[in-house]
Parts: sequence; structure tokens; C-alpha cells
Amino acid sequence: MTTLWATIIAASLGCYGLKLAGVSLPASVLAHPRVQRTAGLLPVAMLSALVVTDLFDTNGRYSADWHTLAGVGVGAIALRLGRSLVVVFLLAIASTAALRGVA
Amino acid sequence: MTRSAPLPEKAHIIRAAAGIGLYAGAFGLTFGAVSAAAGLSVVQAVAMSAVMFTGASQFALVGVLAAGGTPLAGLSAALLLGLRNAFYGVPVTGIVATRGALRGLTAHFVIDESTAMAVAQSGRRAGRYAFWATGVTLYLLWTLGTLVGALVGGGIDTSALGLDAAAPAIFLALLWPQLANDRARVVAVGAVVVALGLVPLAPAGLPIIAAAAVAIGIGLLPDRPRRGRQDR
Repeated sequence: MTTLWATIIAASLGCYGLKLAGVSLPASVLAHPRVQRTAGLLPVAMLSALVVTDLFDTNGRYSADWHTLAGVGVGAIALRLGRSLVVVFLLAIASTAALRGVA
Repeated sequence: MTRSAPLPEKAHIIRAAAGIGLYAGAFGLTFGAVSAAAGLSVVQAVAMSAVMFTGASQFALVGVLAAGGTPLAGLSAALLLGLRNAFYGVPVTGIVATRGALRGLTAHFVIDESTAMAVAQSGRRAGRYAFWATGVTLYLLWTLGTLVGALVGGGIDTSALGLDAAAPAIFLALLWPQLANDRARVVAVGAVVVALGLVPLAPAGLPIIAAAAVAIGIGLLPDRPRRGRQDR
């Protein structure tokens, strides 16, 4: 148990330190227009990577669950139709659950 | 910051933050249940959500431990995934005041959702509001969801509820409005290719960090004068 606590505390400190380092960059660096443009693109890159690894990566192997894929697909259609985030979320999980219930 | 002019985007931001809160509660429930199944106590699960507060890293740590991995392997995966929050600090600093003691507090709330919501707003003031509304709502419901999930433990079948679709659906919804220009779309496609390509080769977390290189590479490219089409 002590090892587990030590791991949790180390991970918490480390993750907080990373967040703090990010918001502590000097203003001179941040003022640069290209840095600002890059800053706006970082969430795009990482959210894109998170979506595909969530869907297709199972512990370093390619695999996908078609129920989940179809559910997220329904969410994507809702996004295309301009639905809000709550609707997208609810439709995605409800579709996934419903498909898993029948097949 | 005592300007009292009404913020036109306020209602829209609150609705989106409430949606993210709902998702965070459900996703926290999943994390609590997974933690309990991995052998963590209720206090340990809740401490992770309240103090570590970065979902992907938490899932990675618990996942590695549940799969019988060493604490060091779990720690490395958590830190690799947490590294993207450092990158998020750059856009967040441009939007949210980060001086003095507030910087330490702001840092804690720098996560995917709060950053995405902040950068999606057109003005700094709306961005700041979106950052805090999203960050605080998500924090409270994520921690509460974790508590309930850890208490109920194996009693909930999160996959029967379709909750495995929650994270990718929300990340996609947050990504969507940011794909408005060509440069962003090129970054998204490049990030997908890099991340998927590295899945079998690199440890958990690295494919996502490598995707950041795509944003940095394309973001730092100089603007070229637009003289007709440029094929790449």
C-alpha cells in the first residue's frame, strides 16, 4: 500500500509540475506571433491524437470496438448538425449502449 | 477585472460547461470503478482525481497497475500523458491571468477541456470565463463521480452504459470548432497519422506527445504570400 501511495503522490506532483511549467513561460516567448499561432494548434493536435488513440489503441495494439466507433460516429453526425456538446455526449453514449445491448 | 459589461457568450459557455460537467461526472464514475477494480482504496481514487486531476494520466497509471505493471512504468505513462498539459500552458497563459499566487491555482486547472473551451472563444474575457467555468465545473463533478464510482466499485458496468464512448466523443466535440481553418485541419490530419503510426511502437502517452510536434512544426512555418495554389 505504501508503494501505491508513493506512486500516486509522485505522479500527482509530476503532473502538477508539468502544468505549472507550462503557465510559467516568460512573456517575451509568448508574445511572438508564431508562438501564439502554435499555441492555438497544440490543442488541435493533441485532441486529434486523443480521439484516435481512444478509439484504436488498446495497450499498444490496434483494436477497435465497433459499438464504440458507431456511438462516436453518431456523435460526429450530431456535431455536423450543429448540436451542443451535451447532446453529442448523450447521443454517443446512448448509441454505444443501445448497440451493445442488441448485438 | 471588475468590468461589469455583460458577456454575450456567457449563456453559451455555461451550457457547454454544464455538458462537460455531466460528462466529467460520468467519466469520473468510470475512473472510480476502474480504480476500485485495480485495488485502489476509495481515498486513493479520490485523491488522484482531486490532486492529480488529469484524466488520461490517471487512467494510464491505474491501467498499468491493474495490468500488473511496475509503479515506475505507471508513473512514466502518467507523466508522458501529463506532458501535454505543459504545452497547453502556452495558450492558457495568453488568455488567463497567470501572475503571482493565481498562477499556481491556474496551473491546477489546465486540462484538455478547460484549454479547448478557452481557446474556442473569440475574446480574452470570454476565454477566461470559459476556462474557469469549465475547469471548476469539471473538477467538482470529476471528483464527485470518482467518489461514487469508487464506493460502488464493481457494481456498475460502465461499458454497458456506453461510457467508453464518452471521452472520444467529448474530445471530438471540443476539437470540432477548432478545425475552422486550413492550417488547423492539416495539423489534425498530421496528428492522427503520427499518433496512429506510433501506437505499436511507443509506450502509452508518447503517440500523443509526438502529435504535438506536428502542431509545433506547422505552427512555426512562416506565412507564405498566397500566389495561387500551392500543392504540397
